[in-house]
Amino acid sequence: MSDMSVPKTPRIWQLAERRYRLIGSKCLKCGRVFVGSRKVCPQCGSRELEDVELSRKGKIYSYTVIRASPMEREKYGPYIMAIVELDDGCKLTTEIVDCSPEEIDIGTEVEATFRKIGEESKSGVIYYACKFRPVAKGV
Amino acid sequence: MIMRGDVAVIGVGMTKFDEHWNKQLRDLFVEAALEALDDARVSLKDVKAMFVGNMGSGMWVEQEHLGSLLADYLGISGVPSLKVESACASSGMAFRLGLMSVTAGLHDVVLVGGVEKMSDVTTSESTHHLATAADREWEAFYGMTFPGLFALIARRHMKQYGTTREQLAKVAVKNHKHGSYNPKAQYQRAISIEDVLNSPLVADPLRLLDSSPISDGAAAVIIARSDIARRFTDTPVYVLGSGAATDAIALHDRDDITTLRSVVLAAKEAYNMAKVEPEDVNLAEVHDCFTIAEILAYEDLGFARKGEGGKLIDEGVTELGGKIPVNPSGGLKAKGHPVGATGVAQVVEVTLQLRNEAGKRQVSNAEIGLTHNIGGSGASCIVHILGRGRR
Ligand SMILES: [Zn+2]
Repeated sequence: MSDMSVPKTPRIWQLAERRYRLIGSKCLKCGRVFVGSRKVCPQCGSRELEDVELSRKGKIYSYTVIRASPMEREKYGPYIMAIVELDDGCKLTTEIVDCSPEEIDIGTEVEATFRKIGEESKSGVIYYACKFRPVAKGV
Repeated sequence: MIMRGDVAVIGVGMTKFDEHWNKQLRDLFVEAALEALDDARVSLKDVKAMFVGNMGSGMWVEQEHLGSLLADYLGISGVPSLKVESACASSGMAFRLGLMSVTAGLHDVVLVGGVEKMSDVTTSESTHHLATAADREWEAFYGMTFPGLFALIARRHMKQYGTTREQLAKVAVKNHKHGSYNPKAQYQRAISIEDVLNSPLVADPLRLLDSSPISDGAAAVIIARSDIARRFTDTPVYVLGSGAATDAIALHDRDDITTLRSVVLAAKEAYNMAKVEPEDVNLAEVHDCFTIAEILAYEDLGFARKGEGGKLIDEGVTELGGKIPVNPSGGLKAKGHPVGATGVAQVVEVTLQLRNEAGKRQVSNAEIGLTHNIGGSGASCIVHILGRGRR
C-alpha cells in the first residue's frame, strides 16, 4: 500500500492550531462545548458558536487498549485510547500516556500533555496534538 | 404510510462469505446477482435499475464507479445503477433506496446488492480503512480503531449495567453454533465460552472471538412491486417497514454511548410503518460486528429493557429454538462481514427464513423477521421488517 491513505500535509495544517492549543467550539445559546470547529450546534441548532480553549483537565469516561493497530501504528505496540470528559463538559477521544492500563479506570483524573502523534513518512512532516496522562497523586 | 407491503422480495442470492483470494470484487457481485435473478426467475432485461451497497472499494481494491462497472459485468448496462455508501450499513441503505425507487413508481423490478472485497490487503490496512467510517480528524487521527470504539461501549455498558465478560462471550458462542448450520458462513464450527475468553485481546475488554472477521463476499435481492410479484414467484416476501436514522459521527459527541440513538429512531420508524411491536418479531438478523453490538441491539430494538440485554443471552431467548432467535445465519460473527454486503445478506437470510427454506437453521413458524444494519459505531442505522404475508 502506498502512502495514499496517510493524511496529507495541508490537511494537517488545517487543524494544527486547534490540536496544539486544544481549541474547540462553544455554543453561546445552550453552552455545550465540542472538540473541533462547528458552525451549527447539533444540540440546539444555534448558529452562534465561538472558539474556546478547552479545559485541559478531565476524567476518563471509558477506555481501551488497542492491540490490533491500524497500519500507521503497526510498529507502535499496544496503546491506551479513551474518551475523556473534560471539566467543561466536552468529551473527546485521546490517547492516555505515561501509565499502564492497570493504573487507570473510568473516573481517573487526567490532564493534557503535548505529544507527537505520528509522521507522514520517514522524511515527511511530523504531527503533534494533545494526549492525556493521569494527574500525579499527592502533593 | 405508502411503503407498507407495497414492495416484495422475489429473489435472493449470495456468495459464500470467505476469504476469496482467487476472485475479484466484480466476480463476487455477479455470482450473487445471477443467483438472485435465477431464484426470482427474472431475466436480465426485466431489471430496470440497480443499487449496490459498498463501503470502500476505492480503498480496498482501488475501484470506484461500481454502479456502472457492475451493471456492465452483469450484462444490464444501460439501466441506472448507483453505488450507495453508509459504511457497514451501505447495502441496508441501498435496499431502502431500492424500495423508494419502486414505491415512487420509477421502476417495477430492481436489483439491490452489496459487495466488499477486503482480503486483498493486510489486516492493519483493513483496520485503517474501516476506521474511515469514524471521525477521521477527531477519532481515527488519534489512533482510534473500530474494535476500540466498541470496546469503549462495552466497558461503559459493563460499568453501568453490570453486563459480564461471559455474557459477551455467549453471543459469539451462539452465533458460531448457528453458523455451523449455514453452508455459506465463513466459519461453520462451534466454539466454547473458554475459546472466546482465551482468544487474544484486540481492544480490551474485546477479544478476537468477540469480533466479526475480515471477509469477501456479495449478496443480492430482486425486489418488485407487490402487485406483480406473483408473476415471477410463488413465494414473495413483503417489506412491511423501513426505518433509517443517523447519529453524531464521533462516539464522544453522544450523551450516552450505551444506547445507539440511530437504532432507536430507525426501529421506531420501521415498527410504526409495519404496525408491528417488538414482541411480534419471530426472528432478527442483527449487526453483531462485535459481541457487545448484539447486546445493544436487543435493548435498542426493544427485545429487552435498557441494561438487560445480557440477561436475554443468559436465558437462551435468542438462540435457535428460543422465543426470538437472533442471527440464525450465524450473524456477522460467524457468517462473515464483508461490510458493504452485510445489509443485503441480512435480507437474504430473513427472506429464506420466511420462505421456510433455511434448512437446518430454520426458525419454525416464522411470519415476521427484522434486519438491523448499523454503520460505523452507530452513526447510521437501517432497520427493515419483512413479512410472509402482506398484512
Ligand atoms: Zn447549542
